[in-house]
Amino acid sequence: MQRRTLDFWVGLFVMTGIAALMFLSLKVGNLDTYGIADSYVVKGNFDNIGGLKTRAPVKSSGVVVGRVADIQFSTSTYDAIVTMNIDSRYQFPKDTFASILTAGLLGEQYIGLAAGGDEVMLKEGDTIMKTNSAMVLEEMIGRFLFDKASEDNDF
Amino acid sequence: MFKHLAASIRGIGHRTIEGIWQLGHATRFFLLVLLKSGTSFRRFGLVIRELYYVGVLSLIIIVVSGLFVGMVLGLQGYETLQKYGSESAVGTLVALSLVRELGPVVAALLFASRAGSAITAEIGLMKATEQLAAMGMMAVDPVARVVAPRFWAGVISMPFLAAIFSVMGVFGGYLVTVTFIGVDAGSFWSQMQSNVDFRIDILNGFIKSCFFGVAVTAIAVFEGYDSPPTAEGVSGATTRTVVTSSLAILGLDFILTAFMFRGL
Amino acid sequence: MTPEVLVEISDLNFSYNSRPILKGINMTMKRGQVIAIMGGSGSGKTTLLRLIGGEVVPSSGYVKVSGQVVHELERDALFEIRRKMGMLFQFGALFTDLSVFDNVAFQMREHTDLPESMIRDLVLMKLHAVGLRGAHHLMPAELSGGMARRVALARSIALDPMLIMYDEPFTGLDPISLGVIGSLIRRMTDTLGMTSVIVTHDVQESLKIVDYVYFIADGVIAAHGTPAEVRDSVTPFVHQFVHGEVDGPVPFHYPAQSYRRDLNLEKALV
Repeated sequence: MQRRTLDFWVGLFVMTGIAALMFLSLKVGNLDTYGIADSYVVKGNFDNIGGLKTRAPVKSSGVVVGRVADIQFSTSTYDAIVTMNIDSRYQFPKDTFASILTAGLLGEQYIGLAAGGDEVMLKEGDTIMKTNSAMVLEEMIGRFLFDKASEDNDF
Repeated sequence: MFKHLAASIRGIGHRTIEGIWQLGHATRFFLLVLLKSGTSFRRFGLVIRELYYVGVLSLIIIVVSGLFVGMVLGLQGYETLQKYGSESAVGTLVALSLVRELGPVVAALLFASRAGSAITAEIGLMKATEQLAAMGMMAVDPVARVVAPRFWAGVISMPFLAAIFSVMGVFGGYLVTVTFIGVDAGSFWSQMQSNVDFRIDILNGFIKSCFFGVAVTAIAVFEGYDSPPTAEGVSGATTRTVVTSSLAILGLDFILTAFMFRGL
Repeated sequence: MTPEVLVEISDLNFSYNSRPILKGINMTMKRGQVIAIMGGSGSGKTTLLRLIGGEVVPSSGYVKVSGQVVHELERDALFEIRRKMGMLFQFGALFTDLSVFDNVAFQMREHTDLPESMIRDLVLMKLHAVGLRGAHHLMPAELSGGMARRVALARSIALDPMLIMYDEPFTGLDPISLGVIGSLIRRMTDTLGMTSVIVTHDVQESLKIVDYVYFIADGVIAAHGTPAEVRDSVTPFVHQFVHGEVDGPVPFHYPAQSYRRDLNLEKALV
């Protein structure tokens, strides 16, 4: 085998390999939407996070604006502290409303941000004051049955 | 009766000692290869030559297998997911299975049987035909000149091959579910992108394939260099390379997965 | 001028797994000589070559090559002295993934910084010496056994060594190739002023070209002398070996209990 042909094929192989890695990183993964981009940290306290997991998306109007970085249980307030990384491109008012929502009936849970009207924006390390916990299916069913029962009693 | 028991206990002990001895022997050889890798990087042409035989010639099997594995994943995933009305998640399923597990593992298994066995057979034959001894007598260290370039070519090729396998798999899945079945292309990609994480999934998959590359080529060069210099010796060593490295890949995969995804 | 001593072997012992292979070998090899080491299969001839090349370390005694004790050399010094040695392996041991040209050029490229044009000239000269200049583009798989041996010979003289060792150079060759290799060994030793050590059991061919013969049997030197002395030797072992007799000091039968007993014929007598 001529040295030049050899070099050509090996060069092509390495380029294909790098292209494959790039494709995986950018197209299959989400390197372009998360990770490398600058982000700031915001916290929120929730009474019940349901099935929220780290890495779950943080969305606003359906657009992914960040990711859940960490979930801790606080022994002082007895609720969950959720740490989120928000893309620096997106700024939110201080009175933004954070709620834990579910994608579809059985889909994964994510945090939805609904912007408020405050002039002051959230900064690195701030805590979101207005939160809404996850809907827990059992509780909803329980409440539904309870309402139904009390309705029946009215007759 | 007692004699029988003692004999079988002795047999177990003997095999254990033999195994540990062999492991130590292999580790020492591995360190020796690393120690003598200087030549491979000073004369990178040697590694490029081996990259052709180890990497480029493995491309076809990797591309074709990746495509088929992805197509099967797409079909099976669609069949199951559509029962729950979430067939748009098929992209996620295909991509996560490939990037996390099937890409690195299946590519490494194919690599072991395609390139690993070839490396063992080649080094074993060079030993059997006294080419390695001849090299030593010409004051050229065979470990530095023959073994190390093959080792590094394997280590470099493996992550690329795994990545190519995964990409072909995703493409195969896309082909079956989007082109043939008619899943929405937009949700195929967007679901995939919002659920595949660069660091946790892709980087970890990449790290896995690096480990597999080291394991497979280290086993292949050791078996070749250690093989008895006869025809049976070389064929036995080739078989051992495929068997040992397949087991090593699967065992290593479990350990790495346990470390990487434990928190999830 | 008396030719200087190139290789000196003194009281050399070598054991493998506590089984003695060589016991108290003494030899001297002078510059310009072709020396044959003969003996039956498994008599430790090849081991002796490996000891001279420093591939294995003796149990006691030493091998001196141009004044240096081989097994005491550091790795770098050992590789340094190996550059001055050539070795022709039994079946040539050509690198099967390199062409004939690249095989001969191998050492020049590994050990020197010669420009490619000069390497080309040198390689063609070496190949010309063995009569295979026209075959420089072939791969080893395309060569016959005798041609492969000649290429290997060209390869071993690539860096003009002072000592060449041949491990069974005549094995498996047709009479013509055999004669060619034999005369090449003699001619190169004379023209290049080096020393050749041939390990062989081809008595007739080697007696034609060598200056001195050592016979090794059971790890000791059983006899030695010039070819003329060897031919006329009355030592039973040498006589058996040179004339290829079936039975003699080296018995035809592997040691066994008596034939009659093995066939159960003696039972009746007991």
